[in-house]
Amino acid sequence: MKLNAPRTWAFALAALLAITAVPALAQASASGQYRWLTFTVFAAVIALTMFITYLASKRVKSASDFYTAGGGISGFQNGWAIAGDYLSAASFLGIAGLISLYGYDGFMYSVGWLVAYITVLLLIAEPCRNIGKYTLSDILAYRNDPKKTRVVGALSVITVSTFYLTAQMVGGGVLVKTLIGIDYEVSVIAVGVLMLSYVLFGGMVATTWVQIIKAVLLVVASIIIVMLVWTPYGFSLPAFMQDVVSDPKVQARVATLLGDASKNMTAAELGQRFLEPGLYFKAPIDQISLGMALVFGTAGLPHILMRFFTVPTAQAARRSVVWAMAIIGGFYVLTLFLGFGAAKLVGSATIAGVDAGGNMAGPLLAQYIGGGADSFLGNFMLAFVSAVAFATIVAVVAGLVLAAASAIAHDLYVGVIHGGETVPPAQQVRAARIATVVVGAMAIAIGIAAKGQNVAVLVGLAFAVAASANFPCVLLTLYWKRCNTTGVVAGMVVGTVAAVGLTLVSPNLTYPQAVRAASHKVLDAEAAKRSSIAEVLASGDAEAAAKATKTAAALDKAVAKAKADMAKVEGQETSFMGLEKPLFELKNPGLISIPLGFLAVLLGSLLGRDKRSEDMWDEVYARQNTGLLVSKGQGH
Amino acid sequence: MASPSSIDWSAVIADPRFQKLHRRKVAVLWGLMAFSVFYYFLLPIGAAYCQEIFKVRVWGVVNVGLLFALSEFIVAWAIAAFYSRLASREFDRLAEEIASDYSKRAGVAS
Repeated sequence: MKLNAPRTWAFALAALLAITAVPALAQASASGQYRWLTFTVFAAVIALTMFITYLASKRVKSASDFYTAGGGISGFQNGWAIAGDYLSAASFLGIAGLISLYGYDGFMYSVGWLVAYITVLLLIAEPCRNIGKYTLSDILAYRNDPKKTRVVGALSVITVSTFYLTAQMVGGGVLVKTLIGIDYEVSVIAVGVLMLSYVLFGGMVATTWVQIIKAVLLVVASIIIVMLVWTPYGFSLPAFMQDVVSDPKVQARVATLLGDASKNMTAAELGQRFLEPGLYFKAPIDQISLGMALVFGTAGLPHILMRFFTVPTAQAARRSVVWAMAIIGGFYVLTLFLGFGAAKLVGSATIAGVDAGGNMAGPLLAQYIGGGADSFLGNFMLAFVSAVAFATIVAVVAGLVLAAASAIAHDLYVGVIHGGETVPPAQQVRAARIATVVVGAMAIAIGIAAKGQNVAVLVGLAFAVAASANFPCVLLTLYWKRCNTTGVVAGMVVGTVAAVGLTLVSPNLTYPQAVRAASHKVLDAEAAKRSSIAEVLASGDAEAAAKATKTAAALDKAVAKAKADMAKVEGQETSFMGLEKPLFELKNPGLISIPLGFLAVLLGSLLGRDKRSEDMWDEVYARQNTGLLVSKGQGH
Repeated sequence: MASPSSIDWSAVIADPRFQKLHRRKVAVLWGLMAFSVFYYFLLPIGAAYCQEIFKVRVWGVVNVGLLFALSEFIVAWAIAAFYSRLASREFDRLAEEIASDYSKRAGVAS
């Protein structure tokens, strides 16, 4: 125990640092009267996870403990942890928000996130458990040239993790700022420091438990809110939906979204339109491309693959995906009620007013259900959901940092620089911890540097790279006899370059000329609209006048936005990439880059030759199917 | 842990039991995979090109599109449950048999 003393002290110090963030959080709580409440709820959630990290830190002795919790997580536990790892702020808050603002399309969007796990279940989870050790590259290196595939594998893992991490850090910073009102920089640092203390001291054991706790809290909170929303309707779906489409707020939202097209529609038609597709996704091909990236990309996400190394057997890996699918799918079904409930009870205008992306739909609904902004219960619910959202960001970021750190320490440092066997266990753990600090510090720095940037595209890009590079390489290494080192290197490089390259020339970037054209259109139409509003106001019809006043307010907003947009791009003629307009029309590159990634592995494998890849095929295929040589219990 | 080289891998592959496992798994895995991808893409394609069908109201205000999206969840869960049952009844038994057999032959504990 004496040997552990320095670690205990270091741990206590980090815990202290993390806890000092709490008063800062609490101080900023929205309504002053209930500040202590936010403080208590946040402190309770953080203290719980810290306590578990402390317990976990005693169990982390080897590299296997640090990266994979010694392979000692059960299928059921791992299922919850996968759900905790996967239900990021984007899917937890984002999908409820999309439904509350755009109705049907938001719900349709959530489906791809669940179907993705079919790919993981059928093709990836069990073979990964049977072949891999700590990282995605372990699978590639087992059959192919270890050094080459570890280098390309690690680079791809770091690329995917960095994109996803940046999106989470920026999204998290904005979210915490909106939820409890502290500075953006402080919230990014708070997320970073907490996450670092979990990973650094507790490794995968603590990360797993933080993810489990967060998933349980999230599901419990959602069930309570949905019960409260749905009970008045006797748990009838049509009755609930009837009430949603009859709501004037919902009808007004649809009218705003449709613009001139809604002129001849009745109120009932407008409401019904909220349950029909097409309010969010305008170009079908975009949605299909995004769907492909989701369905094939999840199976290539390094932090998700890593979770399958934490269970002892292929059967446990399978069980964990089935549990994860039950939890994740169940959660998205609940989101249907959260989203539509928020649209009806809180109102889209209020939700979009707090955050244009709709991220606050869930928390605002919680506050409304509890009794509103002035009630104790309402503020408690808001604080609770906010604390869960905070835990969500921290848990997802912890998983990502662990994946990136393992690529650096295990693949690059131990695997490539030291050639594998010669590194003593203690030094491996030290390398892992150093890599964790480096990646964590980088995440905080990127998070602060990217302040104010639109990072939503980065999540789609992370999935696209995972689907175009990682997924073809892992899949074909496991299932295709002729796959070899050349194919894997080609697939990783082509898949990553295609996904990133196509995104850089896509409509996701800002094109100053297009922005100017759009703004001019608004400004040019202003005069005509003003005169028509003035006409209505002069006509003396009170109802029409009230409507016209609203239209005028909306027009003021649109004009202000157009002017601000113009100012932002002043003096610029081309996008960041030097383009006047997008070269490539798809928002997500998946439709093109995924086939390109597969093609690169195929051609590379057919053109190149590698004796090792050929010789190892029998062993890889026999092992991935039978689990031969996977010792049970201790795993590795 | 025994070195992997102590097992004759080509003999494992050539074993009729392994061949049976391989054939069954190829049929089941790729069949289910193809079906689930097909069923999933019906949703965005339908939402884009068959809007008139999606708009048909069938259960109060609840329309075909909403029920179809909900059915995606049911189908995904059904595929997972079906595969999981089949694997634990059939594949695990075969895999276990092969694994214990060959690790015994090579003199390692499974």
